[in-house]
Amino acid sequence: MNAILAVARRDLLMVMRRKSEVLTALFFFVIVTSLFPLGIGPEPTLLRKIAPGVLWVAALLATMLGLQRMFAADHADGTLEQMAISPTPLVMLVVGKIGAHWLVSGLPLVLIAPILGIQFDLDASALGILVVALLLGTPLLSLIGSIGAALTLGVRGGGVLLSLLVLPLFIPALIFGAGAVEAHISGLGAGGHLSLLAAMLALAVFFAPWATTAALRIALE
Amino acid sequence: MSNRLINWFRFASPHNFYPLAGKMIPVFWALAAVFAVAGLWMGFFVAPTDAQQGEGYRIIFVHVPASWLSMFIYMVMATWAGIGLSLNARLSSMMAQALAPTGALMAFLSLWTGAFWGKPMWGTWWVWDARLTSELILFFLYLGFMALQASIDDPRRADKAGAIVALVGAVNVPIIYFSVKWWNTLHQGSSVNLAKSSMAVTMLWGMLLMALCFWMYSIAMALTRVRTIILEREAHTEWVKDLPEVKA
Repeated sequence: MNAILAVARRDLLMVMRRKSEVLTALFFFVIVTSLFPLGIGPEPTLLRKIAPGVLWVAALLATMLGLQRMFAADHADGTLEQMAISPTPLVMLVVGKIGAHWLVSGLPLVLIAPILGIQFDLDASALGILVVALLLGTPLLSLIGSIGAALTLGVRGGGVLLSLLVLPLFIPALIFGAGAVEAHISGLGAGGHLSLLAAMLALAVFFAPWATTAALRIALE
Repeated sequence: MSNRLINWFRFASPHNFYPLAGKMIPVFWALAAVFAVAGLWMGFFVAPTDAQQGEGYRIIFVHVPASWLSMFIYMVMATWAGIGLSLNARLSSMMAQALAPTGALMAFLSLWTGAFWGKPMWGTWWVWDARLTSELILFFLYLGFMALQASIDDPRRADKAGAIVALVGAVNVPIIYFSVKWWNTLHQGSSVNLAKSSMAVTMLWGMLLMALCFWMYSIAMALTRVRTIILEREAHTEWVKDLPEVKA
């Protein structure tokens, strides 16, 4: 547990010294969502309809931006190798790094999403569901994304490859995340969607760090 | 008993498998040709015209086998990749690599013929139906697997990284399938109703024969590909240099 916290604290500290990286992903999220009304038109009913999907797709893409950096710097300067041979299990350290990634690139999206939702004319209760869905869904994105980040470590054309590998795996999160808000708006209730999202998060918390660790060991061979 | 076991593992070595595959390939090509002739004859001349769908339904003789195989090959590929990862068996990983392009081709064929079938039947090339969407995502998974393997130069690392992608994908395939299914039904209810009247026996036979043909084709193709992969990767060994086809 201490190891997890130590790694997470270290990663956060590193990020805080280069704030531009966090802000880039956040502004990317804001800009992409703002482009949609410009492209589609300012009709409020239409905007309400597309809001959950647009916000979620933008969140997926914004998460992708930071993924490559999750292990790249540590791989380049040899820190990752030291982590792999340290007495602490590598899985624990990986969990810490994934947690830090979520705090840096997932949590800000969750916090700013209600403001963007207002732009799309969502009412207060729909905004609440949106925040809950993103709160459950963005850690899932970080977890699944970490597998792709570890696999493409030091690989030619890693960035494009990473999106090709990871985006199809994001689809269930997108469906249930955006579906929760839509179901709420249409009066069906978001409970089912949120439960499924939480179930997938539980599965991913259990399996993803393990797969990521295996991928990292392959990359370090 | 133990003797047979040893004989079996003999072919886990590329050196022993290469000539065996060479002998098997013509057999599977011949079987594929026989089943293709029988299946096409059954499909085009024996099977009756469908009462609701007319002649256009005959595309299922290609479409259904391609869809089956696209899913089945992914499973086989993930199994080989998993064996390669856990037992560190080179040949298993080579098999996984050899199967991927055939699987992707099947997924593509399934989507392509599906669109041709959908236009006259549903009046549209594409609907966001659960099956179509998950087939599309399966196609993306194949592409991801192949792209990752292609971009890693060290073959052993490529094998292992590919194996993880294949296994993660295999875990995800059912999740994706059900999420897409619920996504569609939650939205609008299934707009596509296949309304299959019970199939005529000859139609079923035509489809089964074509499925067997696709199987044989896939096996022959994968074995051909695995032979070239063996040659490529084992090029430094003596036995490859001594092969008559390499010397020539």
